[in-house]
Amino acid sequence: MIGDLLSALLDVATSEAAYINALTFAVFLAFGATGEWVAEKSGTLNISVEAMFLAAAFAAAVGMDRTGSQFTALLIGIGASLLVASVQAEMSHRLVANQFVVGLTLNILILGLASFLASELTFSTRKSDPVTIPILSDIPLVGQALFDRAWLFYLIYLVVPVCWWMVFRTRWGLELRSAGENPQSADVSGIDVNKRRRQGIYVLGVTAGIGGTYLVLAAVGQFEDSIVGGRGFIALTAVIFGGWTLRGTVAGCVLFGVVLSFRLSLPALGYEVSGDLLAASPFVLTILVMAIFAARVRSPNALAQPFIRGLK
Amino acid sequence: MSTGFDESEVDAISLTPGTGEHEDEPASTQSTTSRRLAVSGEVLVLYLICIAIALGLSALLVQVTGGSAGDVFNALLDGSFRKPGRIGLTIGVAVPLLLVALGTIISTKAGLVNIGQEGQVFLGAAFAAYVGTEMGGPGPLVIVALLIGGVVGGALWAGIAAVLKYRRNVPEVLTTLLLVTVGSQLVGYGLKNQWLLLAPAEGRSNRQQVSKQLTDDVRIPRITWFGNEFPISAFLALAIAALVALALASTVWGFRVRMLGQNPQTAQRAGVAAERYGGGAMMLSGGFAGLAGGAMLAGGDFGNYTLVPGFPSQIGWTGLLVALVARQRVIGAIFAALVFASLRTGSGFLAATGVERRVTDVVQGLLVLALLIPPALLFLRQQRRATAAAGDRT
Repeated sequence: MIGDLLSALLDVATSEAAYINALTFAVFLAFGATGEWVAEKSGTLNISVEAMFLAAAFAAAVGMDRTGSQFTALLIGIGASLLVASVQAEMSHRLVANQFVVGLTLNILILGLASFLASELTFSTRKSDPVTIPILSDIPLVGQALFDRAWLFYLIYLVVPVCWWMVFRTRWGLELRSAGENPQSADVSGIDVNKRRRQGIYVLGVTAGIGGTYLVLAAVGQFEDSIVGGRGFIALTAVIFGGWTLRGTVAGCVLFGVVLSFRLSLPALGYEVSGDLLAASPFVLTILVMAIFAARVRSPNALAQPFIRGLK
Repeated sequence: MSTGFDESEVDAISLTPGTGEHEDEPASTQSTTSRRLAVSGEVLVLYLICIAIALGLSALLVQVTGGSAGDVFNALLDGSFRKPGRIGLTIGVAVPLLLVALGTIISTKAGLVNIGQEGQVFLGAAFAAYVGTEMGGPGPLVIVALLIGGVVGGALWAGIAAVLKYRRNVPEVLTTLLLVTVGSQLVGYGLKNQWLLLAPAEGRSNRQQVSKQLTDDVRIPRITWFGNEFPISAFLALAIAALVALALASTVWGFRVRMLGQNPQTAQRAGVAAERYGGGAMMLSGGFAGLAGGAMLAGGDFGNYTLVPGFPSQIGWTGLLVALVARQRVIGAIFAALVFASLRTGSGFLAATGVERRVTDVVQGLLVLALLIPPALLFLRQQRRATAAAGDRT
């Protein structure tokens, strides 16, 4: 039994296709998770990533069909995702409505809207062509997975460092983090807490917009309303799994990408596997990590707590 | 989910802008009444405006995509209660929504954020399906047993989150949410294995994943009133609603739960064990969701008395929204459950208008968002006034 498992893992580890599959998922998750990490650093536990992904994927698919330009499609995708982000941000951090309610409602609303509009409009897209980076893509095993991809894929090499730099190397980032750690103190020192939190959600809107566009144009190639299928929650989970560090978050995305890709790569290599249990494993893993490392893993202090100035 | 703005609280803040203003007692009592009337009138207008905007946006969406908003509206009304027999269906859908919402009210009052009802409903339905198909004996006994099975399933699932919260300090928001997917995959696994839930190979097509069907005698009896047929679990739900309202408002247990929700520090000093009351409220909330799952399975308004993948079909999420829209009031939850249920049953009549039925999800989402706005606006205004008044005093 364990021998079987090991040989299965070895087969996967030496198959080029497995790396390609795993990174396709991982990068998609990482687009959402990086932005989600920024939002959570500012104190929002944002559960509408799912809606943002879906809105972007839908808008990008329509945009691609109507304009024929991938770049325009990307802008439209980001725009749609930002629209969702603006509802989330304004309602939960200007009107102080409960952030989970808003997020949950948005998830249902956008799923309904996307599948409704998808049945009303006709559009078709196809998978975009890879941009091969010479030499680097010749690295055995991982070369193709990392450097022979659609151009949208390479944006991840930009998104992650930029988010890190913004959060840890700018004044804005310091204020954002203080809004998530100790909003009362931040407020007293003149920081507009809710504004920083809204901005955190807008950053998520941009990255999730790229993620949704990447999903439909580079990973799947065709829009369907189950295209995101709960993976927004996995992106959210990756941040928690990573213990609210960017390093851990990205590692979580890669790990979950590998696990998700097992569903494709194990049967392709002739192994039988229970898809249900595999699909549940990112969540189980994250719960275990939280339970075991609860003392070491520290969430932002004011995570998911609304900030209301005044008599409290 | 401490929304923190109970209307009474809001009023209390608005009506006593400063604490040192008690000299003109008689005059202020008079103005209090008129002011309260003005405030409630304002609230009503605000709600109406927001609902109108939500419905207007939905109508616009239908018109732009080539449908007719009037037709859609009529079809929704026909499908939810105007056509004969539809009221019964709407009641049948409202039952699990109300049960889920009641559970949510309890956990929210205890200051807990349970957003995993969808999973708890599914686990409850799975436990109920197992009990209902495996246990022999007289029908009524099995019905009770399967409902209890549902309660146990949901409570266990929420219990995981409770244990992790009180023993390992893991936020229940995260665990309940994560357990939704784990739960649905777990039940999906059960539905692929015959020793758990999967029906025997004969009587179903090869790759279909369904449980055995509940036999006639273990289904919740349905009664007919004025041509409307609905399961008698509707009465059970109403009775439980009354019980929950009573328990929360006027028992020691309810008092302690509410104290825990409003101020955990005070509760601790008063000797309310957070673990016991909070954990209990969490498990009750899961149990109610599980009961909803059992009632869905045996009630007959959701499929064919069999468990299938995706069985909860958003009843858990919607039930949670019902509780929040009703702002943790039991009476409000009954009405909200009926409204949301009629959107769902009404959508069954949309095919005739040529408009995709998913449009009701949009209407429902917009309505919920719209209903969030007025209380938030009022709360912000009261907060501003109170801050200004406090500023005057210093």
